Amino acid sequence: MSNTLYIIICIILSITVLMGISLMSKVKTAIAGNLISALSVLSGVVVTLFQYNIISVWNIYLYILIGILIGSVLAVRVKMIQMPQLVALLNGIGGIAAALVGILSLLGIGVVERRYPAFESGASMLAIVVGLVTFTGSLVAAGKLHKLLPQRAVILKNHTAMLKISLVIMTGVIVLSVFPMDNSCWTATLLIISILVSSFFGYAFAIKVGGADMPITISLLISLSGVSGAIAGMAVNDLLLVSVGGIVGASGLLLTQIMCRAMNRKLKDILIGKRSISKTDTFSGEEIIVDQLQDEINNGVTEESRIEELPEVKSDAEILKSAKRAIIVPGYGMALAQAQHLVRQLADKLEANGTEVKYAIHPVAGRMPGHMNVLLAEADVPYEQLYEMDAVNDEFAETDVVIVIGANDVVNPAAHDAKGTPIYGMPVLNVDQAKEIFICNFDLNPGYAGVDNPLYKRTHGVHLLLGDAKDSLNGIIAKFN
Amino acid sequence: MNPFILILVFIVASIVGYLIIKNVPSLLHTPLMSGMNALAGIIILGALMVLGLSGFVTGSAARLTGQILGGLAVITATVNVVGGFGVTHRMLKMFDKKKKQSNHE
Repeated sequence: MSNTLYIIICIILSITVLMGISLMSKVKTAIAGNLISALSVLSGVVVTLFQYNIISVWNIYLYILIGILIGSVLAVRVKMIQMPQLVALLNGIGGIAAALVGILSLLGIGVVERRYPAFESGASMLAIVVGLVTFTGSLVAAGKLHKLLPQRAVILKNHTAMLKISLVIMTGVIVLSVFPMDNSCWTATLLIISILVSSFFGYAFAIKVGGADMPITISLLISLSGVSGAIAGMAVNDLLLVSVGGIVGASGLLLTQIMCRAMNRKLKDILIGKRSISKTDTFSGEEIIVDQLQDEINNGVTEESRIEELPEVKSDAEILKSAKRAIIVPGYGMALAQAQHLVRQLADKLEANGTEVKYAIHPVAGRMPGHMNVLLAEADVPYEQLYEMDAVNDEFAETDVVIVIGANDVVNPAAHDAKGTPIYGMPVLNVDQAKEIFICNFDLNPGYAGVDNPLYKRTHGVHLLLGDAKDSLNGIIAKFN
Repeated sequence: MNPFILILVFIVASIVGYLIIKNVPSLLHTPLMSGMNALAGIIILGALMVLGLSGFVTGSAARLTGQILGGLAVITATVNVVGGFGVTHRMLKMFDKKKKQSNHE
């Protein structure tokens, strides 16, 4: 294949990838967009095989087949609730691939003739470092999301100092690798140092992130894996790799920014592990909730929903039946209790009564961006009913009933006025303006941010339904019968 | 290829990607993230290249290293690509399924 033709194909494929991504910005065209991206990658594979004249190397196909088998099993078998950890896991796997390419490129194995050794060797080292940080960081994130690791932020001894030292060592190794030497011992030493330190760095930075900051961490890690791919592309001189990697890197970064803004957090604070929790370290309310819920689910014990306002049952039913407008606010608790189908049933009941139902989705509800949307989509909730925070926030004042399901910080009115608390200034859903509020939360503990929710103390207009969200919802739905 | 061209391509791709993503509604952020994650598997191109070319390397130790690490890279990158696009497709189909149903109602 001539070089000009190769470059033209690379440009075309970069454009189709971009087209695929831009088609993903609308629900109607999103499937097509995803297919176009996938086809672009496939074409990229074929083009690469021709370009380097390796189409007849048989073992390539064996390895690809193994990868396809594992990948499709993962894609088909995973449950929707496990989506965040799968994305994190796949991301880590992509990171290790970039690091492996970087290692081979640094050793000069399997690369085309070198013309800019300083650049290529520096890029190789950078790809190794970024790829491994992505790898271990994503694995820790996946472990946390899968509850294999503690969800709360884990602080090691001298954590910040160790992170800083690792950062200095990684920078040093990269700088040193720009001066390639024909001494394989020296290269091997640099390589081993970089592998150890960057693996540690990825672990240490991700273990420090608490459960609620996971959406930000994951999108940052996706950005990193794109960047590591692009840098590996520079190391091995692959144009398409550089351009697609750059696209992924930039878009991951933008998603990260959107998340940060929505959570009122600075990326820097999350990276250096500054905690938003003002309470003592012993507080890990969320983890307790998680554990208890998990126990309940495991033991199959459906604790009788502790509906504490039995005398008001009748009035609750009346409120719900007479409501003209209702807004449902889901949170991570809905995901934990797997209550999305019951939420849908409740909405159906309300609609059957002539109530207009909307869903208000806070940008950082759940554990990854758009987490709630996916779960509600699984329960066949029409996406026209899902509203982003800014689109719906003014409507709470004219809403008769708000039903909060497992959300806390994102509806906490303390964000408006409680100066000095971690959530002060964070945009929240104004559920406190609605006439009647039903809160189906597990308990009255503060949310992840550790700020008490004044809604819990309000005497009128707030109906607390504590316990597993499924039980509480069943209780509400029963009231319609 | 000249390093400056590669860096330039990287910068241009980043800027264009950044501008395009800006329009995606938060409804689609999860599928978008997993789609991006699948695209990050583009590293498969690099993996294929090093694996394929390492077969022609002289020196058995280097060839073996290339085959093992390159093979691992191809497998992991393929898992990333296939799993990523597969999962994204499944997620998006859920959005679509619901659309059809609500049309029927």
